Amino acid sequence: METVLTTHFANEQYRHADTYLQFGGYEALRKALAGPRERIVDEVKKANLRGRGGAGFPAGVKWGFLPKDLSRPRVLVINADEGEPGTFKDRQIMGKAPHLLLEGIAIASYAMSIHLSYIYIRGEFIREARIVEEAVAEAYARGFFGKNILGSGFDLEVSVHRGAGAYICGEETSLINSLEGKRGWPRIKPPFPASVGAFGLPTIVNNVETIADVPWIVTHGGEKFAALGVEKNGGTRLIGVSGPVNRPGVYELPAGVLLREIIYTHAGGLKDGRQLKAVIPGGSSTPVLRPDEIDVTYDIESMAKIGTMAGSGGVIVIPEGTCMVRALHVLMNFYAHESCGQCTPCREGTGWLSKIVGRIENGQGREGDLELVLDVCDNMMGRTICPLADAAVMPAQSFLWKFRDEFEYHIKVQKCPFGNKF
Amino acid sequence: MSVAFSDAARSELERIRSRYPDREAAILPALHLAQREFGYVSDEAIVYLADLLGFAPARIEGVATFYTMYNRKPVGKYHVQICRNISCSLLGAEHLIEHVSKKLGVRPGETTPDGKFTLTAVECLGSCGTAPVMQVNDDYHESLTEEKIDALLDRLP
Repeated sequence: METVLTTHFANEQYRHADTYLQFGGYEALRKALAGPRERIVDEVKKANLRGRGGAGFPAGVKWGFLPKDLSRPRVLVINADEGEPGTFKDRQIMGKAPHLLLEGIAIASYAMSIHLSYIYIRGEFIREARIVEEAVAEAYARGFFGKNILGSGFDLEVSVHRGAGAYICGEETSLINSLEGKRGWPRIKPPFPASVGAFGLPTIVNNVETIADVPWIVTHGGEKFAALGVEKNGGTRLIGVSGPVNRPGVYELPAGVLLREIIYTHAGGLKDGRQLKAVIPGGSSTPVLRPDEIDVTYDIESMAKIGTMAGSGGVIVIPEGTCMVRALHVLMNFYAHESCGQCTPCREGTGWLSKIVGRIENGQGREGDLELVLDVCDNMMGRTICPLADAAVMPAQSFLWKFRDEFEYHIKVQKCPFGNKF
Repeated sequence: MSVAFSDAARSELERIRSRYPDREAAILPALHLAQREFGYVSDEAIVYLADLLGFAPARIEGVATFYTMYNRKPVGKYHVQICRNISCSLLGAEHLIEHVSKKLGVRPGETTPDGKFTLTAVECLGSCGTAPVMQVNDDYHESLTEEKIDALLDRLP
């Protein structure tokens, strides 16, 4: 199977520039610098490269939102604030192949006439931030960053900016505020970052995996990348599988792979012969699926058709014997903890969802609580500056719709039939 | 009690500041630096940074309290942070938190009387494929079991 990103992941030296160069590293940058900027943007558009951070927006189209006027400097910000529960792929790229990301940054910056770039890495990834910083230093030392890159006359400054523990900063306008030294509060759009972003400058924010795909696209062409995936959703995806499966981990698979195959073929199925009860398919915010819904290809459009999302590529496998009320309570605690507090529907709503689901789990659920949960959800969805409220609502609603009997039973018998544990 | 950066930290801060077109952007890195230098972000550290960076202390404090990684109170020599989110919970994190809690004699959020360990239950650490996971100071420890945690905590000096 053709791989774009993970080809050399097993080689521990691949994170160093010397080894990366031995395997043809930075040749794509040379090729890009030798041609016109527009050609790169065209190839990325042809590649059908969709943002890998969760929203799946076409990368080439996003790049096109920058103003044509070059009088104001622009900024490229890499979103390495990987925090969506169930998602752990960007950490792998940064730890094992940081130069893929850095080469992608240089190419993308050249394509968009950008001379300033920041890599925003979540604060907890201290090891990965060190690896990326070392790689940045190597890239400067070898002339891939800095002034007059490879004699092309193109300049680019790149540095690492560490977050400090806030899920919300994965949202791009919140990330920009955090980069600027502020609280990570999302901004009202418009203006969109492409016109007013970091430091008031036109800014493009792209996920690590999205940008790491760019060198391959330049080397092999957009059409070849597109052909690895399915219509409208090109390339491969890094898919993380977690939960009690035999081989949890990150798998690079074509976007058209079946969700069932991801779980049973690649991740080796459930441990100890356990049965599947549910799957959260694309990170904790994506609507949950029942076992009879997993014969679906893992591309953005197919997942949307069945009412869920491939999101950030985090497949969370939930085995039979798991209390779905308790599982939802864990998720609701998370969103309540991570709501930035700026919008009332989210600040109050996430708190109430956590409280109500918590009392149901603890045997104190009241008649009407399920209607109350759904009512709170209605008052959150789409009513806030950023999608964190939606991200809490999607699991809450889908858990209730698909496992309602379990919630009702908790309320009826006033206790958790699973003994208040996982 | 007033605090001040070492010369090395001061020059590191200058390097950091040169990376940004705006002086405010140095606040997060400066807070990281303060925590490394002083162990936690005390009120004195906030006032010191405010003075150093040229902002009101309230601005620095507002940022410091927004982010979970900045400790506004002293933490133990080892900050044991165990993930309690979904993938880790499905693989026994609740049980591990209880185990460590009993072993150290503190509840999550507390520090042992000798100041050696602080235990915290945290949200997703982004390492779900090797759940359950914990972070002790700068380092991740993955695919945890009771035995692995015991072996690790017992050998920390």
